Amino acid sequence: MPESRIKAKFEALAKKGEGALICYVVAGYPDIRTSERVIDSLVAGGADMIEIGIPFSDPIADGRTIQAACNYALGKGTRPEDAMRVARNVRKKYPDLPLLFMTYSNILLRTGFEKFMARSKDSGIDGFIIPDMPAEEAQPYIAAASELDLATVFLASPNTSPERLSNIIQSTAGFLYLVSVFGITGARDSFEDYTRDAVKRAKTAANHKIPVAVGFGISTPAHARYMMAAGADAVIVGSAILDKIGTAGGKTDMLRKIEKFAKSMKRACTRN
Amino acid sequence: MLGNYPVGGKFGKYGGKYIPETLAPAIEELETAYNKYKGDNDFQKELSYYLTEYAGRPTPLYFAKNLTKLAGGAKIFLKREDLLHGGAHKTNNTLGQALLAKRMGKKRIIAETGAGQHGVGTAIACAVLGLDAEIYMGSKDVERQKLNVFRMELLGAKVHSVESGSRTLKDAINEAFRDWIANVKTTYYLIGSVVGAHPYPMMVRDFQSVIGREIKQQLQNSMGRLPNAIVACVGGGSNAIGSFYPFLDDSGVELWGVEAGGHGLNSGEHSATLAAGSEGVLHGMLTYLLQDEYGQITETHSISAGLDYSGVGPEHAMLKDVKRAKYATATDDEAVRAFLTLSKLEGIIPALEPSHAVSHAIKLAGKMDKEDIIVVTLSGRGDKDVQVVQDYLNKKGKADRRHARK
Repeated sequence: MPESRIKAKFEALAKKGEGALICYVVAGYPDIRTSERVIDSLVAGGADMIEIGIPFSDPIADGRTIQAACNYALGKGTRPEDAMRVARNVRKKYPDLPLLFMTYSNILLRTGFEKFMARSKDSGIDGFIIPDMPAEEAQPYIAAASELDLATVFLASPNTSPERLSNIIQSTAGFLYLVSVFGITGARDSFEDYTRDAVKRAKTAANHKIPVAVGFGISTPAHARYMMAAGADAVIVGSAILDKIGTAGGKTDMLRKIEKFAKSMKRACTRN
Repeated sequence: MLGNYPVGGKFGKYGGKYIPETLAPAIEELETAYNKYKGDNDFQKELSYYLTEYAGRPTPLYFAKNLTKLAGGAKIFLKREDLLHGGAHKTNNTLGQALLAKRMGKKRIIAETGAGQHGVGTAIACAVLGLDAEIYMGSKDVERQKLNVFRMELLGAKVHSVESGSRTLKDAINEAFRDWIANVKTTYYLIGSVVGAHPYPMMVRDFQSVIGREIKQQLQNSMGRLPNAIVACVGGGSNAIGSFYPFLDDSGVELWGVEAGGHGLNSGEHSATLAAGSEGVLHGMLTYLLQDEYGQITETHSISAGLDYSGVGPEHAMLKDVKRAKYATATDDEAVRAFLTLSKLEGIIPALEPSHAVSHAIKLAGKMDKEDIIVVTLSGRGDKDVQVVQDYLNKKGKADRRHARK
C-alpha cells in the first residue's frame, strides 16, 4: 500500500513528537550510482522521506541550483527510467521509507499518466509532487493515482486564497506541500513573517486531516526550527543538499558532509 | 463556431493553466481585469487612440503587383505590419497589455523576447506609458540581435541576458516566469505571443485581431470581397492568429500558417512545432511541442530568432487538429530567397520571420487563379536581420565557390 507508507511515517513521528525531514535529490546528479549513495547518507543522517527529482529540461519553479543539477544530469543522458532504477534500489534497502518522485507535468504526460505512474509504483514509488500541475488541471492525474493508490502531493503558496487552499487540501494526498516564499527553489538566508503566517494558515485549513510540509529555501537548522515553531509537520530540503554535492571535494568526504548536514536538520525537526 | 473558443480556458483540449500555485492568484487577477476592461469603452477608446495616433494604425493593405507577376497566379496583397511603430505587429499587443497593466496598478513590467521585436515593443509601450520594463532574452539571441538589444536600452528598458538551458526564447520565458513567481504582487508579465497559461493566448489574440479585422475591411473596400487565402508565419503564432481570427468562421477563406523549416524537417534542425511536434505541457499550456521520447523539450533552429520556439499557441494546435488552418514550412534557404525577392521586387525589406510566409505565398499563388486573392501578413520589417542575411550570404557564397572548385 504505497500511500500508506507516508501516512505510517507521519503517524510514527507524531507519536515521538518529531517533525519529518524530507530530502530531495536529482536522479543522475552527479551520476546514478552517487544519487543512491547520497540517499544512503541522507537516510543515515535521519531523513524520514526522500524525493527523487526526475530532471526536466525547463523547470520553471526551480532556481539555479536545481536547474544546474537537472541540466547536468540530462547532459549525461539521464532518463526517467534511470530515476526508476534509483527508486528500485533504494526501495530494496529501505522497505518502509516513503519515496516520492518530483518532476514536471510533461514527463508524465509524454508517456501517459497511467503507464508512467504504474511503472513508478513498480519501482517502489509512493507518490508524486508536480509543481506545474495545479488542482484544476489534475483530473487525469488524480484518477490514475487513485487507481494505483499513489499519493498526489499538491502545492500551496503564501498567496493562495482560503477557497483555493481548501480545494487543494481536498485534492492533496500524503501531505500538503506549502511553498514557503514568493520565489523559486534555492537556498536563502532568512524568511519573513509572511512565511510563518502562511504555515499557520495552512495548518488551520488542514485541520489535522493532512500533514503540512514546508519547502523552498530551507537550508539551515535554524530555518527548520523556525518552520517547526510555526507548526509545520515537515520540512523539505533540496538545493542545500545539491549545493553540497556540487561543491565538496572527494566523494567520501562529500557523503560524510551530507550525512552530518541531514543529522543537524533532523535534530532541528525534533520538537522540545 | 470556432470563433467562440476558448471555452473554460481551453481551445478544445489545448491551453489551460499548467502553472505553479504561486502564480494562480496573479493569473486570476489578470483574467478578472481583462474581462472587465475588454468591454470597457474607456479602455478600448484609449487603446484605439494609441494604436492610431501613436502607432500608426490602420496599416496599409498593399497590392504587391511585382510579386504577383513573379508568382504568376493569384493576386498577392501584403498587410503592412512592418510599417507599425516599432517595426512589427508586436506593438498591437504591448500597447494593449501595458494599458491593462496600468489600470491594474502594476508599475513593473517584465517580458521575454526572442528576436528582440517583442522586447522593443514592450520597451516602447512602457516608455510612452511611464512603466518600468525589464526584458529577458536568451544570450544566444542577445548575440545575434545586438541592434535590438541597444534599441531596448535606448528606450529605457533593462535587458537580462539568460544563460540557462538552450539560451533562446524558451529559456527567456522560463526566466520571466521565475521572476514573476518571485515578484508576483508588484509585477505584470507582458507575454509576447499567444502562448502561456489562460488568459494569455486569448488576450494576445484579441489584441492582435486588429490585423485581421483591418484586412477584412480593407479588402472589402478595395475589392468588395473576402480573400481566398491568408498566409502568416508561425513561431508562437500571434501575428497568424491575429490575421486568422476574424476569418475563422468564413469557411471559404483558406488559412495558412508557415513554420520555420530551418535546415529541413529531416535534418531535425528546425522549429516546425505543428508539422513535426507532439502533445505536451510547457510554459503553462497544453499544446504541440518539439520534444524527445521522454518529454524533454528539444532545441530548435531557425535563421529567424523570432520563430525559434519549441512550443506554439494552443489555438493553432486546435485549428490544426480540426483542419481549419493548414500549416506548412519554409526552410532557412527559402526564407532568405523570399527576403531577397521582396527587397528587390517591391522595395520592401521584410523581417526573416514573415519571409517564411512570403516564400509559401509565392508557391501558393502560382497554383491559383489570377482572380484569386492571397493576403500575406508582413509581420515586421527586416532592418534587424540585415546582418544575419549578409553573414548567411557570405557563408553560402564561400560554400558555393568551394563546391564549384570540386
